[in-house]
Amino acid sequence: MGEAVAIHRLHFAFTITFHYIFPQLTMGLALLLLILKTLAIHTGNEEYNRAVCFWARVFAINFALGVVTGIPMEFQFGTNWAGFSRSAGGVIGQTLGMEGVFSFFLESSFLGLMLFGEKRLGQAWHWVATFLVWLGSWLSGYLIIATDAWMQHPVAYSVTPDGNYSLASFWGLLLNPWALWQYAHNMLGAVQTGCFVMAAVGAFYLLSQKFETGGRVFLRIAVIVGVFAAVCQLFPTGDEQGVFIAHDQQPTLAAMEGLFKTSNGAPLAILGQPDVENRKLDNPLIIPNALSFLTYRAWKAQVRGLDSFPESEWPDRIPLLYYSYHVMVGLGTLFIAIMVIAAFLLWRRRLYSARWMLWILLLAFPFPYIANTAGWITAEVGRQPYLIYGLMRTPAGISPRVSAGNVWFTLIGFLGMYMVLGILFLFLVYREIERGPEGPIALVPHAGGM
Amino acid sequence: MATLWFCLVAMMLAIYVLLDGFDLGAGIVHLGVARTDQERRAVIGTIGPVWDGNEVWLITGGGTLFFAFPLLYASSFSGFYLPLTMVLWLLILRGISIEFRSHVKGPLWSPFWDFIFCLSSALLAIFYGAALGNVVRGVPLDSSGYFFEALWTNFRFGSDAGILDWYTILVGLAAYFALTEHGALWVAYKTDGGIRRRAQRIARMGWWVLTPLTVVVTLVTFRVQPMVLEHMLARPWGLIFPALAILGLIGIFAFLRGETTPEREQKAFVCSCAYLLGMLTSVAFGLYPYVLPARGGSEFSLSIYNTRTADRAMQIGLAWWIVGMILATSYFVFLYRRFAGKVVAGGESSEGHGY
Repeated sequence: MGEAVAIHRLHFAFTITFHYIFPQLTMGLALLLLILKTLAIHTGNEEYNRAVCFWARVFAINFALGVVTGIPMEFQFGTNWAGFSRSAGGVIGQTLGMEGVFSFFLESSFLGLMLFGEKRLGQAWHWVATFLVWLGSWLSGYLIIATDAWMQHPVAYSVTPDGNYSLASFWGLLLNPWALWQYAHNMLGAVQTGCFVMAAVGAFYLLSQKFETGGRVFLRIAVIVGVFAAVCQLFPTGDEQGVFIAHDQQPTLAAMEGLFKTSNGAPLAILGQPDVENRKLDNPLIIPNALSFLTYRAWKAQVRGLDSFPESEWPDRIPLLYYSYHVMVGLGTLFIAIMVIAAFLLWRRRLYSARWMLWILLLAFPFPYIANTAGWITAEVGRQPYLIYGLMRTPAGISPRVSAGNVWFTLIGFLGMYMVLGILFLFLVYREIERGPEGPIALVPHAGGM
Repeated sequence: MATLWFCLVAMMLAIYVLLDGFDLGAGIVHLGVARTDQERRAVIGTIGPVWDGNEVWLITGGGTLFFAFPLLYASSFSGFYLPLTMVLWLLILRGISIEFRSHVKGPLWSPFWDFIFCLSSALLAIFYGAALGNVVRGVPLDSSGYFFEALWTNFRFGSDAGILDWYTILVGLAAYFALTEHGALWVAYKTDGGIRRRAQRIARMGWWVLTPLTVVVTLVTFRVQPMVLEHMLARPWGLIFPALAILGLIGIFAFLRGETTPEREQKAFVCSCAYLLGMLTSVAFGLYPYVLPARGGSEFSLSIYNTRTADRAMQIGLAWWIVGMILATSYFVFLYRRFAGKVVAGGESSEGHGY
């Protein structure tokens, strides 16, 4: 039993983590493409259209991998988590079904038109296609967040005679207060990934002195959008999420912060290693009273530590939760610093020649991926020991007849297949970056073109 | 309400088979009908703009099944754990082979992906058929509502059969030939020149395999799952479904004979759709109200009544489903209209988007 639960969890964790490499960029890029396309029409500057064409090609590769790695996610609810699906399908099946009906049809139909290029479609229709692809991908994100928010904070359900959950209110599910802030926080994370990747490619072109006109366009747009996204990631969206966790998942807050003892005026741990066996934080670097203030807006407010909850309510991977949360916050703070300095240099017209800053932007692009992943680990490990918070514990959710050995088999298969996909992805994106934004417009190597 | 959702889910899965069926069929005949790189680009060009939209019907059908009949979704997906996971791997391979084959120009790159495309399409057709065979034959459900089946045991039909026994393999082969026919007719309708001629030949020869196979599978099914025939005889109006399939088969034969014009090719393809639709609706009608029969003992069989969610949730679902389907249909009409007409090997429409 114990091994089966662990391996089912690892299976989902691995496939979802790999999958989310792709949508976080496509959701971020979808917004940046819409901005670039709008600017192209508004200013009539052909450089913006070249940028749209270049990033649409990168988008297409990411989108294809997002689709093929996304299908297994939808199936895994049934294959690996049958207990959960049986209980909760009457609720979360709605949002997952809606994702297909409202987003996937939209995206798959209009992506081809977006990639088709404005030369044959006309500027206005090309803008419409770009807009609809953005709409589809952001709607898809919302429906997934609404699904996750229901697992974090179940609302709008009724219990059927056989003990399963069934949807009672459509708007209650879609307007779950958890979902709204979680969505804002998550989408800003995706926009940051898009901005850092775009800025890195721009910096790469300027530093290697090729495609410099395009590189400047990328840097300008990425830094302007990125500075807003980086700041709003922390405040208000990150801050509001913290308030929700403090209210609805108190043991999770204590574990994230490494707070073992309840205290009035709880400190905020910047660094330190949680020692769960001895109930303490080793080598702590703390700001006194700061956690009380951030959580309750009062320096001496009482924050409940892990000691005030029975161990059966504690998240079962406290060090992982603590570190992923700290990595997310630490990197988020770093992103604000990078983007604010880059924006300042842009404003002073020194960014394009500040080689040190271009180097920083070039090397920074992997970190938003890490921060987004760490954020999701914080959310999902923080939800433990529950699968549906307060309603269903994780071991009850697995498929009772699927043995650990069978899950190992498919996990190893996915590991191999995704390694090949990862290599292909890097190879194809590298080729696009080498080719640059100055080729002939509208020759789009994608199956969606017409 | 449960019956309505049974029909809607069955309809969505049937649309998936009709639409993705010609993508799969095009993949199966791909290496046979297209010899040069330009011809292969043309074949992929016939499905390129639509294939991922077609595949969305599988995702959406699955999602709809998930919320309307959660217990069925949980039981069948976990019970068919291994074959479903392999279907996922094949879908991944097929997806990337279509998307990535033309990214690199080289003597090894495209032929490699063409081979993967063809192989994964063929295996998927057989897997889907075998899955349908399992649903008809029944699975070892018990009082928990769950089951787990080995991939195979001794291939014999009996109480300890696995996913693959001679019956499900037979259905798998029937599905393979049915989708080959469907894909060949699609490719013939959408292309010109050498590809079109070769696709027509495959369709003409394929008909002579498909027709006897259909008869055999039908007769064997009546033996393996007597419920299908009983339900048909108890509700004789349902005989229109098998009649549709028979008319479809005759239609394909009629429109393939003699001189071929684009109109007759279109009609042959429509008849192939009618055939597939007739076969699938016959199965659904023959099983209703059961959705997953238990082997050896109907008291554990899953029906629409013991797997459904509450009425309220079904009503909520219906409201958004109708809105969503109107939108989705309008995109599809728009997309297929833009994409009407033949794809010419080496011509602008296939070269332009770089296959």
